[in-house]
Amino acid sequence: MAISLKLNGRETTVSAEPGTPLLWVIRDELKLTGTKFGCGVASCGACTVHVDGVPSRSCQTYIEDVEGAEVTTIEAMEDIKVGAAVQQAWVELDVVQCGYCQSGQIMSAVGLLAENPKPSVDDVHDYMNGNACRCATYQRIRAAIERASEILEA
Amino acid sequence: MTISRRTFLAGSGAAVLVLGLSPSGAVASAKTDAALNPFVKITSEGKVIAVVKHFEMGQGPTTGLSTLIAEELGVGMDQIDYEFAPSNPEVYNNLLFGPFQGTGGSTAIANSFNQYRQAGAAAREMLIQAAADAWGVDAGGLKIVEGQVTGAGQTASIAEFVVAAAELEAPSEPRLTTPSEWRLIGNPDIRRLDSKTKTNGQAMFGMDLHLPEQMVTVIARSPQKGGKVASFDDSGSAQVKGFIRAATLPNLAGVAVYAEDTWAAFQAREALQVEWDMSDAETRSSDEIKAEIMAALDFAPTYNATGNEQSEVAAAIDGAQSVVEETFYFPLLAHAPMEPLNCTIEPDADGGVTLHDGAQMPTGPHMALAQILELPMDKVRVKTMLAGGSFGRRATPDADYQVEAALAFAITDRTRPVKLVWSREDDLRSGYYRPAFGHKVRVGVTDGKIVGWEHQVAGQSIMKGTPFEAFAVRDGIDHSSIEGTNDTPYQIPQLFVGLTDTKKATSTLWWRSVGHTHTAYVMEVMMDMAAKAAGADPVEFRLGYLTGSEDADRKAAVLQLAAEKANWGNAPAGRYHGVAVHKSFGSYVAEVAEISGNPEDGIVIENITCAVDCGIPINPDVIKAQMEGGIGYGIGHVMRDQITLAGGAVEQFNFPDYEPLRISDIRGIDVHIVMSEAAPTGVGEPSTPPSAPALANAIAAASGVMVASLPMSEEGVLFA
Repeated sequence: MAISLKLNGRETTVSAEPGTPLLWVIRDELKLTGTKFGCGVASCGACTVHVDGVPSRSCQTYIEDVEGAEVTTIEAMEDIKVGAAVQQAWVELDVVQCGYCQSGQIMSAVGLLAENPKPSVDDVHDYMNGNACRCATYQRIRAAIERASEILEA
Repeated sequence: MTISRRTFLAGSGAAVLVLGLSPSGAVASAKTDAALNPFVKITSEGKVIAVVKHFEMGQGPTTGLSTLIAEELGVGMDQIDYEFAPSNPEVYNNLLFGPFQGTGGSTAIANSFNQYRQAGAAAREMLIQAAADAWGVDAGGLKIVEGQVTGAGQTASIAEFVVAAAELEAPSEPRLTTPSEWRLIGNPDIRRLDSKTKTNGQAMFGMDLHLPEQMVTVIARSPQKGGKVASFDDSGSAQVKGFIRAATLPNLAGVAVYAEDTWAAFQAREALQVEWDMSDAETRSSDEIKAEIMAALDFAPTYNATGNEQSEVAAAIDGAQSVVEETFYFPLLAHAPMEPLNCTIEPDADGGVTLHDGAQMPTGPHMALAQILELPMDKVRVKTMLAGGSFGRRATPDADYQVEAALAFAITDRTRPVKLVWSREDDLRSGYYRPAFGHKVRVGVTDGKIVGWEHQVAGQSIMKGTPFEAFAVRDGIDHSSIEGTNDTPYQIPQLFVGLTDTKKATSTLWWRSVGHTHTAYVMEVMMDMAAKAAGADPVEFRLGYLTGSEDADRKAAVLQLAAEKANWGNAPAGRYHGVAVHKSFGSYVAEVAEISGNPEDGIVIENITCAVDCGIPINPDVIKAQMEGGIGYGIGHVMRDQITLAGGAVEQFNFPDYEPLRISDIRGIDVHIVMSEAAPTGVGEPSTPPSAPALANAIAAASGVMVASLPMSEEGVLFA
């Protein structure tokens, strides 16, 4: 079936069977591979994208449910003020190690800061607990969110 | 470590082949990319490319090896980039592994430190000579600063001299920079080279490869290890749009399902019906495995790994004023790298193939593919891609997943690339595991001093039966089963270490820090118990056994530094400290865990203070990151993770029941690096071993509960 959505600001029509996770449409059909496959059961957050501005696990979002929606992926984050600030903070603090989960971490962090520009440590923990990092870069993720908050405030 | 000049020169010889770029030598006036040796290329724009022989799983060798070359060459970090070396064990071998290209044992910097500096220094001297020739001046007056050759009143980019330099003989003994000249080595402000592309979605992992015409292949594997395909029915799979076909792998280990894309492949596998022949399959449960290990500890061990007789050590302990005794159990653990395993085999125009893979040990799959596909070695290419973690998983002695891909490719008509993809369930269930181990230890204490330490270890050998057996097993003892015990820097009088191998229950594999994952826990928990029996402070008690050698002194120094930085002995009200210190992979790491709460209501890990001596620190910030990550990896698993078997089948299916460390689990980590002039040693693994025992000792300090069987969650320890 054909599904129309707004992907990273562009009207896009994709062809996929109903029930296909948005993740695989983004990765395999649209070749936007910044969005990662980590678990397939919404347990690691590596596949996080924004659907109408809200961080969503694309591995558990069916393609038919995003008909007409605005879907934003990591590839478009540098065009968004909060996204650019988060990316800048991530690079300043060298958060990444293997890097595989970091698209998802950043998508969640952007969601957090868009909602809550000055999150407490507990806010960060609550919001980010669904994003797993097997390299355990959490120490720097915490610091980078704080740094991004400062960048946005400046 | 010996500086392998011979290897370097052999590599330099090979550079001539690389220089086939300009076989006629007639392009000397044109600016073009060129290789000055196997490790250094320079583009026509003057960008230096470090050819990195180690793969990147996050541990930082792309930045580290580039730093070494940039330092010697005289360029800034903004003037260097990297690419992964092709598979060629004669040129790109790990100097500590023999004729084998691979990453492991925290050796990437340790084995490359001199080699990459020499490569950079040789390139510098060649460029300077070429400039001197061009300018008609003496090379002695020239130097390279920030990518510019300067001297004799002239300045020009190194790009100007690349082609001419490539024609020169490589110097056999280039002058290496001295520590006082270092701009980059040890500079805490050097940033990772891969940060930007890993934060904007551009970084390409194996999973991200889409070759034209590729088929995605997933494998239906036996739920019990060792089961064989008897038959299958793919009529359900045929209903899935995008399904291509299903076929039994030639080794009967599974059914390969081919599809046009990943989701179709997963769906088609879901619909596949497979009958398994389980006659040779694993049937045991993890309880049975544990029972065998624990039973082995009740008998005299097969191997004595120390010079002392067990009976004499036992007698010394029996005569002690007090005896502390404990039995420990460590479960199977999965590596669970963030990127599920995958690789792609692409048919090449010349009849050969290219393997695209986050290849940890390229030589293994290189040989395996040549054998399975009946190709000469030079028709198999390995293109190393970024790896989304490994923790040891991508380095199986039998190249397990690359062999699967080769078998799946072999039974096609070999015209389309085959991309093998594992799911998270495949990763947890069909994987290789940190073997289960048991330890039984008795320590005798008299007048505040250890008078005997009797230590028995039982578990599955990792190395036996693999190609690594020859160098890892001595006198029957797989050193990776006991490393960190019999070779401890502690000067323990009357130390006995015995080992018994138990039967292989499932596939076992090194897991970040290998044997130290369990030995450090036991050594450091027992040290705390002995200190308590001696009525001594745990730090002071340990320091009493860390004298008399450089080894012991370095271990003592990190212990003292961590204790000082953590304000040891002065935990804030309601908080408790636990300490552990361990040497592994040549590096010394001490950690102090600060916790609050209690096991019944929930422990909060407030902070981990870490001190590390890894020799000369190359990239201090990468070292800190590795310490942070290694601590999280160690603690995350002891909190609540284990792989269990029921009737031979793995019970865990995905992250919900193999719960990764989460951001809220450790509230803070601070890392302190000891300045050292010793040769650089490992950083990827050494912070993992002391992390769990530091936590265990802190929990014991808070509650009196000493956890001897893991994971802690199974022993009733709650975490807030």
